[in-house]
Amino acid sequence: MPDKELAAIVSTDNGTGEKRYFSRFTAAQRWMHGVLFSTFLGLAATGLPMRFSQSFWARQFASGVGGFGAIIFFHKLCALVLTVAFLIHLKDIFMRGIVNRDFGVFWGPNSMVANWKDVTDLVGHMRWFVGLGKRPKFGRYAYWEKFDYWAVFWGMMIIGFSGYAMWFAPFFARFLPGWALNAVLVVHSEEGLLAILFIFSIHFVNTHLRPDTFPMDMVIFTGVESEEEFKHKRPEEFEKLVKEGKLESRVGPAPARWWINFARVIGFTAILIGLTLLVLTLSAYFS
Amino acid sequence: MQDGSGHSISVDGQKFHASIHGSLECGNCHSDIKGYPHPDHVAPVKCATCHADEASGLVGSVHADGADHPCTSCHGDAHSIYPKSDPKSAVYPLNVPKTCGTCHSNDGMGQKHGLPSIYPSYIDSIHGFALSKEGLLVAANCQTCHGSHHILSHKDPKSATYKANVPDTCGKCHAGITADYKLGVHGKAVAAGKLDAPVCSDCHTAHAIVQPTEAAFRTQSTPICGSCHKEKFSTYRDTFHSQLGSLGGYVETARCWDCHGAHEILPASDPRSPVNKANLVKTCGRCHAGANASFVQYQPHANAHNRKLNPALYFIGLFMNLLLVSVLTFFLIHTILWLIRQRLEQVKRKSTEGGDHA
Repeated sequence: MPDKELAAIVSTDNGTGEKRYFSRFTAAQRWMHGVLFSTFLGLAATGLPMRFSQSFWARQFASGVGGFGAIIFFHKLCALVLTVAFLIHLKDIFMRGIVNRDFGVFWGPNSMVANWKDVTDLVGHMRWFVGLGKRPKFGRYAYWEKFDYWAVFWGMMIIGFSGYAMWFAPFFARFLPGWALNAVLVVHSEEGLLAILFIFSIHFVNTHLRPDTFPMDMVIFTGVESEEEFKHKRPEEFEKLVKEGKLESRVGPAPARWWINFARVIGFTAILIGLTLLVLTLSAYFS
Repeated sequence: MQDGSGHSISVDGQKFHASIHGSLECGNCHSDIKGYPHPDHVAPVKCATCHADEASGLVGSVHADGADHPCTSCHGDAHSIYPKSDPKSAVYPLNVPKTCGTCHSNDGMGQKHGLPSIYPSYIDSIHGFALSKEGLLVAANCQTCHGSHHILSHKDPKSATYKANVPDTCGKCHAGITADYKLGVHGKAVAAGKLDAPVCSDCHTAHAIVQPTEAAFRTQSTPICGSCHKEKFSTYRDTFHSQLGSLGGYVETARCWDCHGAHEILPASDPRSPVNKANLVKTCGRCHAGANASFVQYQPHANAHNRKLNPALYFIGLFMNLLLVSVLTFFLIHTILWLIRQRLEQVKRKSTEGGDHA
């Protein structure tokens, strides 16, 4: 469909002069992200002092919160909550993909599973970075978003398993060889470090701090994004909805001002904590 | 009343008569004063006339060449000296640390003579608390370890505080521990003249001794073992035991001596050693309920950097590090290029998309 025609169908003001918003995330998905980032911050804040227990700030922090006992208690608490969230997510996928036979979960434009387009998008995007081509038209989930998702998915399996193996070491020792008990700490702490460094630098910048979304992409809090943002960020999905005539079904409520402000406070607090932990981590890592 | 050089020559008769020397006449000690008026300068009293044993003990000791009167510095005012069993005495066991502390502390003679400040460390130690808080007469005070008149430098092989003699000195009270210690590798090494091996004071310190079950001792003293056992300390540092132990507040975490024993330390090859293979289930099981034969294959000193000793750990560590470095490197470059490109695009279009993201 030529651009002019598209513009005629989809006007930015739907005739009433008001901006239109389109839903991207369900309330459950936004809650999931909320639980995910708050437990992740908790795990990072309590895990890092253990990883870098020789550093000055780790000991200060530990003595401030009541020593190691308090730290490990909070770490395990966050781990349990996150485990429950992860299991709920697995149950959701199972219900949608297997029980309700919505195979779009596993394959296609709305799936988190990587496909050939992600490869061409990655290459095309990098060619665009250096001025060798046009910006690719991203779909519902861009390749870096899928990477974020799978990094967290893989990370939770690896960190979760190794964490529980340490927590219940005598039990796990019944099936694991002796060296595995040594390995789980290495795996847990290195994978945790990778997750922390990745989320607090790459994810923060890619998703929130880059010029297109600076200072924060509010869609994960409000669930909706403006039409121009939708068109700019995910042209492929937008055009597909227009073609299929399904665009109207995605129109969502304009977010309330108080909710945006509230979400900003929460979001910036999370980013601030994350960046603080990042600085502490880097300072401990390179000292 | 003052003498020619301005010193007070008043004597409180009541006090003097209550003192141990109360039955003596002035002239017994001040034998050079025959008549009145007294000579301008009287000779220092020679306590050795009566106390010959103590005086000979002082000869050759660290206090022998003091410019101050060697006896009264410790025993106090010459006209009110009490037996050491009298609580009024400066050398009554509970008063000894304070008496020694007049010189051996920060603000006393110690500073003037460049002596280490001992008193503050001692008085906050387990011995000091027993003495000052409980009034325990058997609590070790200065002279329990150092002696009283014939105090020798710790460098003198005849000194009670000479390294090789420390176990026996502490053993005067801690007989059981010293016997255990002598059966262990450190005790045997010291007995064989290998003075690199630690004695009591190397781990417990000499003066600032704290209760070993206290968090303060448990969190600070693994490095003491580590100062000799460097490689073992470094590998211990890589483990969860060390990580959580360094953070404090959780004193049960395994430190060196929880597994190896504290005093009767034996090589792992010795069947009596708690880290002997046959004893590991029991030793680990003290903290880890349910520890079994497979569990104790855990290596508390695994070296992840040693490919030959710990190949699995080495390659897992290598893989994790490569993963970390490659993911971060790729995305760092990706993100930086993206930032630059997107900013350029914005400037070009003179737009500020992302200004309103609700």
